[in-house]
Amino acid sequence: MSKTPSERPITNIADLLALAHQIEADAVQRYTEFAEQMETHNNQELVKVFRDLARAEGIHAAEIRKMAGDVDLVAQAQRLGRWNKGDSPEEADLGAAHYMMTPWHALQLALVGEKQALAFFTSIVESAKDAKIKEMAAEFVEEEAEHVNLVYRLLRKYPQPADEWSEDDDPPIAQD
Amino acid sequence: MSAIELRPTCKPADYKSEVHPIWCPGCGDYHVLMAFTRAFAQLGLAPENTVVVSGIGCSSRVPAYTTCYGFHGVHGRSLALATGLKVARPDLTVIVASGDGDGYSIGGNHFLHACRRNIDMTYVVMDNRVYGMTKGQPSPTTEPDFDTALSPGGTGLSPFHPLVIALASGANFVARAFSGAPNETASILVEAIRHPGFSFVEILSPCVTFRPDEREWKSLVHSAPVGVTHDPAKAARRIMTDDGFNIGILYSGDRRPYQPRMEGQNVDLADLEKDFEL
Repeated sequence: MSKTPSERPITNIADLLALAHQIEADAVQRYTEFAEQMETHNNQELVKVFRDLARAEGIHAAEIRKMAGDVDLVAQAQRLGRWNKGDSPEEADLGAAHYMMTPWHALQLALVGEKQALAFFTSIVESAKDAKIKEMAAEFVEEEAEHVNLVYRLLRKYPQPADEWSEDDDPPIAQD
Repeated sequence: MSAIELRPTCKPADYKSEVHPIWCPGCGDYHVLMAFTRAFAQLGLAPENTVVVSGIGCSSRVPAYTTCYGFHGVHGRSLALATGLKVARPDLTVIVASGDGDGYSIGGNHFLHACRRNIDMTYVVMDNRVYGMTKGQPSPTTEPDFDTALSPGGTGLSPFHPLVIALASGANFVARAFSGAPNETASILVEAIRHPGFSFVEILSPCVTFRPDEREWKSLVHSAPVGVTHDPAKAARRIMTDDGFNIGILYSGDRRPYQPRMEGQNVDLADLEKDFEL
C-alpha cells in the first residue's frame, strides 16, 4: 500500500525544518489560547504559566526560522500536510481546560506534548537515511529531551493538587 | 466558492481578531474557531472578501473572533441573512456559524430552504445537544433521556437528524466533524468552502459545562469507514444507520448552485417603495 502524504519519510532538510517549525508554531497557538481563556476567567496564575510556555515555544520557532533562511516554512508545512488528520505532537488538548485548573494541570499537558515531540524526532533519527537529516533530527531530540526535563523540574515546584481542586462553591450550573 | 483570492502563505493567526472568546474553558467551540482560522489560512481567503454570519448562542459568537467581515444576526435567522448577502454579493465567500438550538429549532425552517435553494455558502453547525448560553435546556438534538431539573425524566422526544434532513432537503455537500480534531475539521471545512452550492458541516462540539458527559465524545468519534458518495440515497442510508460519530465527508453532490442574475437590475429603492405607498 502506498503511503499517504502525511506518512512519507522526510527526505530533505527543508521538510524537517518545516515540520519542526509547525510543531512549535502550533504549540504557541495552543498555549496562547489557553492563556487567553484563563485571562477571561481570571485564573492569573495559569495565565503566567501558559504565557511562559507560549513564549518558550515561540523562541524555538524563531530559532528554526533563522536556521531555514529564505525557505517559507509555513508554505512548506502546508504542502506537506503532515498533520491534516490529527494534532501535531506538541498541541495540548484544549478540551482538557477547566476554569479552575492549576499549574500542575498545565504542566501535565506540556509534558505530554514534549514527550510526543521527543518521540517524533527520535523516530526521524531512527528512520532517516540521509546523514544530515539524521544529524539535525538528533539535535531536535536533544532539545526536546531538555524540554521534558525542564517540565519535570517545574513540576517539583507545583505538586499535584488535591482531588477536590475543581470543586466550586458557586458553580456556573444554575439548573440543578 | 467564487471569491477566493489566493494570497501567499497566510497564517491562522492572520484570521484571529483581537477579541478574546468568552466561552467556558474546555468548550469545543475554541477548537472550531481554530479550525476556521486554519481552513481560511489553507485557502488563503482574503478577510475583506469573506463574511462570517451567525445567529444567537455560544457558537454564534464566532464572527467577532475572526478578522473577516461578520454579522451577528437575529436568533435563527443567520441563513436568511447569509442568503440575501450571497445573492447580492456573489463575489464574497460566505460562511454561516450556528448551533443546534439556533440552527435546528429557531432557524429550522430556514435550514430546510437554504438546503433546497442550494446557494453557494458553507453552513457550520456546532452541535452540543444543549442550549448552553441559556444554561442547559434540551435542544432539538438532545437525547430523549437527558434528565435535568429543566427536563425532568428527559423530554422523551426523538432527536432531530440534521444530516439526513439536509440531504433530503437538497444540500450539495454534507459532512460531520469533531471539534477535538481541529486539523481534520479544518480539512473538511476547506473542502466544504471549495464545494459549489450549499455545504453543510455539522461539528460535534462538546459543552463541558452543561453536558460534561460529552467529553467522552473524544473516544467515540471515528473516521467514516467508507469514502464519500455522490448518491444521496446511499448517503442517507449510511447516515441513518451509523452511530452518529462517523467523521468525514459523507455526501458530495453536483447540483448547480442557485444564483439569480443581478446584472442590469439596478433598481432604485425609492421607486420600489412607490408601489407600496398608501
